[in-house]
Amino acid sequence: MPFIPHTDSDVRQMLGTIGAPSIDALFDEIPADLRCGKLRGVPEGLSEMEITRLMSERAAQDGRLLNFCGAGAYEHHIPAAVWEITTRGEFYSAYTPYQAEASQGTLQLLYEFQTMMSELTGMEVSNASLYDGATALAEAILMAARANDANNSLKVLLPRALHPYYAEVVTSCTSAQGLVTQVMPFDAATGRTKPDNADSVAPTAVVIAQPNFFGVLEDVDALTDWAHAQGALVIALVNPTSLAVLKPPGTWGARGADIVCGEGQPLGAPLASGGPYFGFLTARKAIVRQMPGRIVGRTVDLDGKQGFALTLQAREQHIRRAKATSNICTNQGLLVTAATIYLSMVGPQGLAKVATASMANTRKLVNALSDLKGVGEGFTGPRFHEAVLSLPRPVAPLLRGLAEAGIFGGFDLSTHFPELGHALLVCATETRTDSDIRLYAETLGRLLAA
Amino acid sequence: MELIFELSSPGRGAAAQHPPVAADLSAIPEALRRKEPPRLPEVSELQAVRHYTRLSRLNFSIDTQFYPLGSCTMKYNPRACNKLAMLPEFLGRHPLAPESHSQGYLACLYELQEMLRDVTGMAAVSLTPMAGAQGEFAGVAMIRAYHHARGDTARREILVPDAAHGTNPATATMLGYVAREIPTDAQGDVDIEKLKAAVGPQTAGIMLTNPSTLGVFERRIKEIAGIVHTAGGLLYYDGANLNAILGKVRPGDMGFDVIHMNLHKTFSTPHGGGGPGAGAVGVSERLRPFMPIPVVGVADGRENREKGDLGSLASNDSRFSTPDSRSYRWLDENDLPQSIGRLSAFMGNAGVLMRAYVYARLLGREGMHRVAEFAALNANYLSARLKAVGFDLAYPTRRASHEFIITLKKQKQELDLTATDVAKRLLDHGYHAPTVYFPLLVPECLLIEPTETEDLQTLDAFVDAMTSIWNEARSDMPKLKGAPWTLPVRRLDDVRCARQLDLRWQPAP
Repeated sequence: MPFIPHTDSDVRQMLGTIGAPSIDALFDEIPADLRCGKLRGVPEGLSEMEITRLMSERAAQDGRLLNFCGAGAYEHHIPAAVWEITTRGEFYSAYTPYQAEASQGTLQLLYEFQTMMSELTGMEVSNASLYDGATALAEAILMAARANDANNSLKVLLPRALHPYYAEVVTSCTSAQGLVTQVMPFDAATGRTKPDNADSVAPTAVVIAQPNFFGVLEDVDALTDWAHAQGALVIALVNPTSLAVLKPPGTWGARGADIVCGEGQPLGAPLASGGPYFGFLTARKAIVRQMPGRIVGRTVDLDGKQGFALTLQAREQHIRRAKATSNICTNQGLLVTAATIYLSMVGPQGLAKVATASMANTRKLVNALSDLKGVGEGFTGPRFHEAVLSLPRPVAPLLRGLAEAGIFGGFDLSTHFPELGHALLVCATETRTDSDIRLYAETLGRLLAA
Repeated sequence: MELIFELSSPGRGAAAQHPPVAADLSAIPEALRRKEPPRLPEVSELQAVRHYTRLSRLNFSIDTQFYPLGSCTMKYNPRACNKLAMLPEFLGRHPLAPESHSQGYLACLYELQEMLRDVTGMAAVSLTPMAGAQGEFAGVAMIRAYHHARGDTARREILVPDAAHGTNPATATMLGYVAREIPTDAQGDVDIEKLKAAVGPQTAGIMLTNPSTLGVFERRIKEIAGIVHTAGGLLYYDGANLNAILGKVRPGDMGFDVIHMNLHKTFSTPHGGGGPGAGAVGVSERLRPFMPIPVVGVADGRENREKGDLGSLASNDSRFSTPDSRSYRWLDENDLPQSIGRLSAFMGNAGVLMRAYVYARLLGREGMHRVAEFAALNANYLSARLKAVGFDLAYPTRRASHEFIITLKKQKQELDLTATDVAKRLLDHGYHAPTVYFPLLVPECLLIEPTETEDLQTLDAFVDAMTSIWNEARSDMPKLKGAPWTLPVRRLDDVRCARQLDLRWQPAP
């Protein structure tokens, strides 16, 4: 019996202690007419050997494409030690550190993580993670609406140049609380977001994505000051790798961003089909009590010795119930473990090199592909490590051709951004080599010539 | 232990982990550049490895300790689940990779949907929610969408028993509902008369856990379903306690319209020090159109196949074969135009789903039935033995489900013994504490869930520890009040923690 240690004699002894005639008798409070028979839709169990074979075959069936897609998930080198340590049983099979004395490992790590995210974003306080970048943005918006004392508006300005799935998640997660979104357009030439509050109703929050979904770097100082002048709180949505080299949101404009959030995946989480990743959220200390999610603090024990514990729990669902800042309970602790080890291992110089090597590789990729006939750069604005290319033909068939050649060529923008025509979003991180880039260019060239 | 930042020296680093190029900032406009580098640690690879390995050893975990944390189902997390979910092809797959190169992955998710559908008795399953609380959000959002689609926008209340997890009322609020509490009767069941008085045209639905957080099966569930349905409301099943009934009774058969499952509980994916979880949702036929996207379907449009037909999955002949006869695709807003939408950027906690899939295949049909059986055997055995020691069960006349509650109400009055004292002293004995002070309506309570994967010797040793604490409460109270004594820290000052906020390290000025 997989994972069940009981011998027949154990069972007899235990039933004797309970005073029950059989295991089945333990279910005698369930009305008989509700009891289910055999599960028909679950097959017979497999041994570990058999499931290993099955999974290996399915993995091999999918193979591995040479990846040039970012669009919210980035393929970076992950030091081998990161997941070796992260999957140690002491991290892997522990739970939320409710018993602080028995969870100092996780708690201290979370405190270190909060420090690292505060440092990267230039903010005073950080929580201990949310589910992913998209839900972190949704939570940041709800937090801003609670925290904004300047107005009671429920309107949020989102850039049009936002990840389309993030925009959908924001709607799914915030609309029931009455929040409405309005779009700020982007400049067709530069790809930069235009400060534009079309109906002049004061927004409660303005979201600034740096870089934006097209990889373009925004004029964050001007946008931040403009947003504050509207009475809005500024939510920065950032790529954490980029913060090794880009101005931290805490210093944007005259007053800095109020809340910073984003997708933590680039910090040591594999692509893994979309998850688990983690969302991060940092903020000004003045609004920490509006934060969602776990927060760890440093304190002392009975002997005055340093220790760590979950704190400000009066914000949370298990204490505040219907009045909590969020319903979030389980978050993404294991991914935060990986990210903290990752950041310790790459350090400030390593992260800056990852960021700039990715920028340089994307530049090389754009140059190589732009040499192909009919291919051009989508925008003139400065950019981080992603770029929009305009193609002479519909994108989808070209991506299919590339996939047949073993290349994942990027994200087809034409569904979500029809105004861009045949547009493709590409990315080449530090993991791509010059020969990878050449292979992509040659293959696309062949497909375009056909 | 020192912080990683305190090990840092300027200029040190793990060179093998850096791209072999100099950082060139020239492509970044001056005004957008960072002026000062972030104060991340500058340590060697060995320093980092040693620091985090040492930190890990300060934790209690399932792999190192019995962890009877009620309502959390801390069962063994088979290592195969982790290893197979982390095969290089699965880890390297981009979330937006073409379906043509995702068939193996999609097959796993599709089959997981099908297996979960069967064990819950629901019409369809969506795997996207990333934890139980997000599953709750999805479930209540579907209830809301259902009412709104019928033009019924007057329903503003979600009913929640007073024993419910805090996530239930918090979820109702996030969806714009008012959470209305329904009291529990003396036997631990929902107070039916109070429920009857509370339902009406304002009732959108009720959120129930069954077995409840009190560790007992809600016997009149069919009656409750009838009352709520008659009032036009829907029933939401909080699957936190699904482990208790897996393969015994199905939420769909109890009359629930929507359910979430905590795959990190019942399907044994790791809790990871606080996640990631996965909160798959199952729905009845009438809520199917509102499911969160994406969902995995069969590419030929046969996703509505008859119940039980799992093709190659169920066939003994193809236990080793990949299902090459069928192809899968994502179903999105084009297939489900009334969907409540996306709840994550991509496909939820995909890697957690893969672990749950491997676990489900390892267990198989018979294994699923056994989960609840042995979870109940362990819980009832432990409760019988602790009762014999002298501890008071909160519901002594009821059968324990997969967990049970001890209340120290009497010992608090007589000896000033609290649930915290017992919890902290258990840590000295090498056991993680049970859940304490939840559910809120039982004073000085310990919610104990042993799970099915614990052996008899471990349970007996735990009883010995509890017996020792029971005796200590009468012989050496300071020992209990001062516990724990043997852990890296003693009891922490939570008040100071919240009042003198220290949420990040700062370098010495």
